[in-house]
Amino acid sequence: MTDSKSPSFFAENWEIGPIFRALLRNKVGAMLIALQIAFTMTIVVNAIYIIVERSDKMQRPSGIDEANSFYISSVGFSHDFNSLVTTQEDLNLIRSLDGVIDAVQINAVPLSGSGWSMSLQTQPGTEFDGTGTAVYMIDEHGLNSLDVALVAGENFSPTDIQTRQSSQTHWPDKVIITLAMANRLFPDEGLAALGKTVYINDIEPMIITGIVDQLQAPWVGWDNVENVMLTPEIRDAKSSRYFVRTKPGQRDRVMNEVESQLAKSNSGRILRDMRSVEGTRLRAYRDNSAMISILVTVMTILVIVTGLGIVGLASFSVNQRKKQIGTRRALGASQLSIVRYFMLENFLISSAGVVIGAALTIVLNIVLVDAFSLDPIAWYYIPLGMVALWLVGQLAVFGPARKAANIAPALATRSV
Amino acid sequence: MFNYYIKLAFNSFKRNPILTGLMITAIALGIGASMTTITVNYLMSADPIPEKSSQLFHVQVDSWDPNHGFNDEPNTPPNQLTWTDATNLMSAKKAFRQTAMAKSGAIIQPSSPDINPFEASIRLAFKDFFPMFNVPFKYGNGWDQQADDDRQLVVVLSKEINDKVFAGENSVGNSIVIFGQSFRVIGVLDAWQPLPKFYDVNNGAFDEPEDLFMPFYLKQELELPNWGNTNCWKTPEGEGFTAFLQSECINFQMWVELKTPQDKQAYMSFLNNYVNDQKELGRFPRPLNNQLLNVMQWMDDQDVVADDAQIMMWLSFMFLVVCLLNTIGLQLAKFSAKSGEIGLRRAVGATKRDLFMQYTVETGAVGFAGGLFGLVLALLGLIGIRQLYGEVLNDLASLDLTMIALALVLSLLASICAGLYPTWRACNIAPASQLKSQ
Repeated sequence: MTDSKSPSFFAENWEIGPIFRALLRNKVGAMLIALQIAFTMTIVVNAIYIIVERSDKMQRPSGIDEANSFYISSVGFSHDFNSLVTTQEDLNLIRSLDGVIDAVQINAVPLSGSGWSMSLQTQPGTEFDGTGTAVYMIDEHGLNSLDVALVAGENFSPTDIQTRQSSQTHWPDKVIITLAMANRLFPDEGLAALGKTVYINDIEPMIITGIVDQLQAPWVGWDNVENVMLTPEIRDAKSSRYFVRTKPGQRDRVMNEVESQLAKSNSGRILRDMRSVEGTRLRAYRDNSAMISILVTVMTILVIVTGLGIVGLASFSVNQRKKQIGTRRALGASQLSIVRYFMLENFLISSAGVVIGAALTIVLNIVLVDAFSLDPIAWYYIPLGMVALWLVGQLAVFGPARKAANIAPALATRSV
Repeated sequence: MFNYYIKLAFNSFKRNPILTGLMITAIALGIGASMTTITVNYLMSADPIPEKSSQLFHVQVDSWDPNHGFNDEPNTPPNQLTWTDATNLMSAKKAFRQTAMAKSGAIIQPSSPDINPFEASIRLAFKDFFPMFNVPFKYGNGWDQQADDDRQLVVVLSKEINDKVFAGENSVGNSIVIFGQSFRVIGVLDAWQPLPKFYDVNNGAFDEPEDLFMPFYLKQELELPNWGNTNCWKTPEGEGFTAFLQSECINFQMWVELKTPQDKQAYMSFLNNYVNDQKELGRFPRPLNNQLLNVMQWMDDQDVVADDAQIMMWLSFMFLVVCLLNTIGLQLAKFSAKSGEIGLRRAVGATKRDLFMQYTVETGAVGFAGGLFGLVLALLGLIGIRQLYGEVLNDLASLDLTMIALALVLSLLASICAGLYPTWRACNIAPASQLKSQ
């Protein structure tokens, strides 16, 4: 045995040879643990990768003042219902309310999942390809209501605003677009897109009179979610949606007030779908946040199961080897070297596990990329996963190893 | 003998409560996770109309942009029809049953002053809609050919709307104001929720069916608004509602019922001829690319089963594998502790077969207990999923008998498989080896 009086940690013989030979005598048991570690690592690393991807997606700003905004729809039904007059009256009423910063009629709302899209192109003609973009129809109050900032050009003026009939196909000649859209239409030109002409419906020209910093389209799952155009229009339609931005902290009070005031002001219509933008965000990302919760739960349980499995097997093997351990202790092995024996044994097994795990992780990722068009995993997830699973193994085995170290040397002398 | 083995199994559990507990928990967790995700996938991929899903076909013709396919890869035809095509194909009446459809919505003004006007969704369809899709009626019936042709103001109410407006009573013959027009109620549906909502998956494959059903041509007659998805590759020529109907914009769905493969073939050639005729009129600039998919093919084409649900299912299968590896390890440990007992039993005459039976019963019992516990966990898991996804998945997160049976069989099989190797090892212990004193 090694010199127990000079417990210099590094000088001692770590008994890797005997541990390895002992492992070979119980190949199946060791292999089972290694495989468990490998599969656990595969699931955990891929799950974490999906979680990170999803939460990055959820972090993206919509560009509007989410905490202090809401929207409500009005649908007219009476025979004498006048859409344009009602819209103007409603907007005047809402804008005059205490706590309201601004309000606008809008055809769609970011994060809401439903809206309009068109295609813009830089050259006229059906033979040229366009760039898809969401459309928000707003008046001169639009930018302030949405809380988006111009980075170039100017806001619409009241005289720019045109009335849009339902089933109308032609467009105003002015348009404000997002910076992202500007960069898509005119690569690398950015703000220089201001003043340029783009074409809608293949041939109808529109002049870019403003560029805003950022605003999302209504569809959070769309690849081009930052492509947005704003047009100076007020819709003459029985169904009208108002987007309202309030002063901080006043949203809920204003929501109640808007609903009751609008209900009182006109009985020839119904109000529906009043929602805060915060609520809309929750709905928009519900699938993503649900997936995250489920993956976190699965991962946690999985790590616990694997950990408990290791604890169970290690305790069992400690019990089986009680006599041998007692003998070693009686022959002068320190408690430390007993603990170290089990920790090292686990380390060897885990090492095999995490190496297989790294390979399986890549395989599963390839399958996921292939079948569900996820992004390929970033390389550093793999070493991080390996280290994490090593730690899990070491933590799990520490308890049983301590127990083993506490076995009294005298045990060796007892007959079983 | 079986009872005796069960008794032995229980004794063995009592001797090793922690190991046994770990094994049962591991199996239960694996089964719980797998069953939760299998259930969601199973319900998402269920056949909504098994009695005739292979005879109902979704009609697609490629009326899209000459420069770009509706989908580039693979080049599939548009998922909906133009008004022109929907009405032309309906007038041809070449199938056993057929219905073009559209989604719309309008305000209902109940006659009772106690009920406020409210907005309802509308399914515009032809008379065949009801017999084609086996729609159950509580009162009355669908409409007839005459109502379709004459664009009569008749309506079939969903059960919910009848409950709301007519307090659930037989409202057939009553009138109801919808979109400012007085409609006559001719039928009331019984509870009906096909999952997925196969006849129109455009606005969520697991949405509720519409509130009102009325003749298709009322779309044109009343100028009902477009709900659902509208997609145009070409701007309508001219302004207004008629221009929209005459445009290349797609907002309409169509299904046909075809009894035999020959009928399907005949319908397909009819479609091809139709498109070729239209080409002569200057429409359909793309190569011939028509498609008739039956219900399950269409569900598959539309990716009705969410990717996330499938990812979760495969991850939970791997989870089950981990739990089984865990169980094998623990089982092995447990049996190796019993090698003395096994050697003794072999020495006093038990055959390998007896021992094999005994330990298989023991592992089976562990599996069964794990399966039962796993079912409870699956129920909890499904409640959790309902909480997380809200109303969208409400109807998709419930266990039925098939699933319960599957869970138990799966856990039994899994645990017996997990027990096979340890059992085999245990049976191969030589009788003499264990009888020697240590």
